[in-house]
Amino acid sequence: MATHKSYLGLALALIALVSFRLQAQSPVVAERLLSSTKEPQNWLMYGADYFSQRYSGLTQITPANVKNLSMVWAYQSSAAGSWQSTPLVVDGIMYLTQRPNDVVALDAVTGRVFWIYRYNNSPDLGVCCGANNRGLAILGDTLFMGTLDAHLVAIDAKNGTPLWKTKVGESKSGYSLTVAPLAIKDRVIVGVGGGEWGIRGFVAAYDAQSGKELWKFYTIPAPGEPGHETWEPCPPNSAAYCDPEGWKHGGGSVWVTGSYDPALNLTYWGIGNVGPDYNADQRPGDNLYTASVVALDVTTGKLSWHYQFTPHDRYDYDSVQVPILADVTFQGVPVKAMFWANRNGNFYVLDRATGKFLLGKPFVKVNWMSGFDANGKPIQTPQPPGMPTYPAVQGGSNWYSPSFSPRTKLMYVSSWEDQGMLYGGVPIVYEEGRGFGGGNLSPFVPTPGAPTRGIPGAPGIPNLRRGPINNWTDAAGHGAVIAFDTSTGEPKWRFLMTDVTDTGIVTTASDLLFTGGREGYLQALDARTGTPLWKANLGAQMLNNPITYAVNGKQYVAAMGGLTLFTFALPN
Amino acid sequence: MNQSILCTAAILLGCVVLTAGQNPTMLGHPEDYPRVEVAHGSRLYAEHCDRCHGADGNGVAGVDLRSGKFRTATTDNQLKTVITNGFPTAGMPPFKFDAADLAGVVAYLRNMNTIDRGSLKSGDAEHGKLVVETKGACLSCHRINDKGSRSGPNLSDIGAGRTAGSLERSLLDPSTQMWPINRPVRVVTKEGKVINGRRLNEDTYTLQLVDQEGGLISLNKADLREFTVSTKSTMPSYKDELSADELADVVTYLLSLKGL
Repeated sequence: MATHKSYLGLALALIALVSFRLQAQSPVVAERLLSSTKEPQNWLMYGADYFSQRYSGLTQITPANVKNLSMVWAYQSSAAGSWQSTPLVVDGIMYLTQRPNDVVALDAVTGRVFWIYRYNNSPDLGVCCGANNRGLAILGDTLFMGTLDAHLVAIDAKNGTPLWKTKVGESKSGYSLTVAPLAIKDRVIVGVGGGEWGIRGFVAAYDAQSGKELWKFYTIPAPGEPGHETWEPCPPNSAAYCDPEGWKHGGGSVWVTGSYDPALNLTYWGIGNVGPDYNADQRPGDNLYTASVVALDVTTGKLSWHYQFTPHDRYDYDSVQVPILADVTFQGVPVKAMFWANRNGNFYVLDRATGKFLLGKPFVKVNWMSGFDANGKPIQTPQPPGMPTYPAVQGGSNWYSPSFSPRTKLMYVSSWEDQGMLYGGVPIVYEEGRGFGGGNLSPFVPTPGAPTRGIPGAPGIPNLRRGPINNWTDAAGHGAVIAFDTSTGEPKWRFLMTDVTDTGIVTTASDLLFTGGREGYLQALDARTGTPLWKANLGAQMLNNPITYAVNGKQYVAAMGGLTLFTFALPN
Repeated sequence: MNQSILCTAAILLGCVVLTAGQNPTMLGHPEDYPRVEVAHGSRLYAEHCDRCHGADGNGVAGVDLRSGKFRTATTDNQLKTVITNGFPTAGMPPFKFDAADLAGVVAYLRNMNTIDRGSLKSGDAEHGKLVVETKGACLSCHRINDKGSRSGPNLSDIGAGRTAGSLERSLLDPSTQMWPINRPVRVVTKEGKVINGRRLNEDTYTLQLVDQEGGLISLNKADLREFTVSTKSTMPSYKDELSADELADVVTYLLSLKGL
């Protein structure tokens, strides 16, 4: 009888397994996106939910059993180069992008491919900072991808067939799309990259059915528009080069996906650096809305409010971070908060309804400013020539996504600490389609001439993975995961790494945190204490945001190391 | 200047002596090419080639395309290379035809000396679309852009990869043109559930398919009681269903589907 029971149990388990695998794949209607946290088995958008918290309600993997994780499957990209894509998972199917603009649909249980769509980019494109793509959006049965040649493409999620494509920007002028789109209601929102090419950036919304442009918000205001006064006239008889029409190529890229508050009908986007990056003297003024966050009405695209983290930026401190939204009690007061660990080294708390500055405080070594005035504007302290500025150009944090756990009330950030940079501005005249940096930089190291980037990687792919010997050491800066107490804005714990990290973070309802770093470890930390609990050496640096999902009740963790996507789960 | 361009073109596309012993099917015997493909090529020739080479193929001095012999191309693949790369120094631009169109142009070039272009019936793509969507009921299995079922292969860019001849044969005798990956599969799970679908991918241990409702399914073979792959297409033959004109119209329409 006991044996029969066992067989019966096994049979029921098999039926459950098969029946789940055969479940209908429902269209991801707008309402599903609104309540994505109710589907912890899926990963429906870049930031997991509209608040971009990257928090999963899954609990099968716990601090107690995480040590038993083992690899289930791996999928290798067919293109060399850093792989920054965040996958989506919908009803057992994983959708991800690979370089340059492929979309792959695969079985999230086995890693086997259903279909691949390959987009042919225009040969005249110019992309700053690598041919990256950070992922997809889904709405209904349609996937949306931005392309390196600045198009937005809609793709049938069932068979990989392109349905429409819309030109978003002029690729030969340096416009590109590396951001994962954000689908809200009936529209798809993207922003353009290309600040290092002297673009005039914008965020724009497109009709999900037709691809027709619905609105466009320029991140650099034109004459007559609010904010244009921050592009001040050149001083008369200026000895240094000054560009009287600097706003026309003032940058203001969008590199990562924004967030959305349905109750306020506002979408929040981090805006990139000003152009040229480093020679601030040729563009007088605060240079709005560069290095800022903008809150836009989803229906109209109108600006509701903005906050500029780094006015008149000269350090490439673009706000290339995903805004984390959370309703918390901050310093004893309930707040609709926005949390932001900025590239400029400060941790910020803003009221996301009004844009009011609530807190700004350095979380890494900072010497480009000494504090904030009463309005939350930084008091800048440019360093004399030859002296290092902190943080360095990579910033206190960068594009890799942070996470917020509603259980711990902690916000988790991947950070670069103690790295300085010698900056120098060089006048540069804008030319369409040409680099528009305007500066000389060099990392600051305690010993002149000491390595800062390590032994080069393989020929042709020097940035794919650093050398296996860490000869730059933590003297040239190191990585950390920092957990901020969102009730105070103070760091609660730090997990220090020897090398730096370009890996995002995901947290779970079992109080686990998964992240990685350039050392190639996918690692699990205790989200409450930062204690390391498990690691797997993926053999190459991790340059993406890990995710977790479940199929048939089994939880998986997926992350990319080098050119390979690895998926882990507990043994059956 | 013009003379030198013409001379070079003449040299490049001039007559050659065929090498004996090569695969005859690669050498352009006129009968090797389906008439529908020749007709498709004639349309493309009229659109792209006429203005220099002329309707009779002798518009460029020293070049007679109707001779069926070419100085720098013997096989069809070599002809395709000539067309694709062009001879910019001789004034002939490169032509970026897709595989289907390239095959059509070559088929027409191989038949110029035996076929009267006026006798080639040109299909009506608009009417072909109507047949596909109504009488042919093709969208009950296939999808074109955002319309139709996903159970059969997607046709949105079928005209970029399949030749006219292949499309015509697909309509008349579908199984002969079915790619192996698209073969129908039937599985029975250990629990007795029967799934019919089209294979998308397969390895030693797993199978990925699209079912008749268009759902994407992945299965472990160890979970299956039965697994069969059929070499017979589930698509019916249209041999007795469509007239010759309708067939030509459908082929012309399908050839126009190039994807985005």
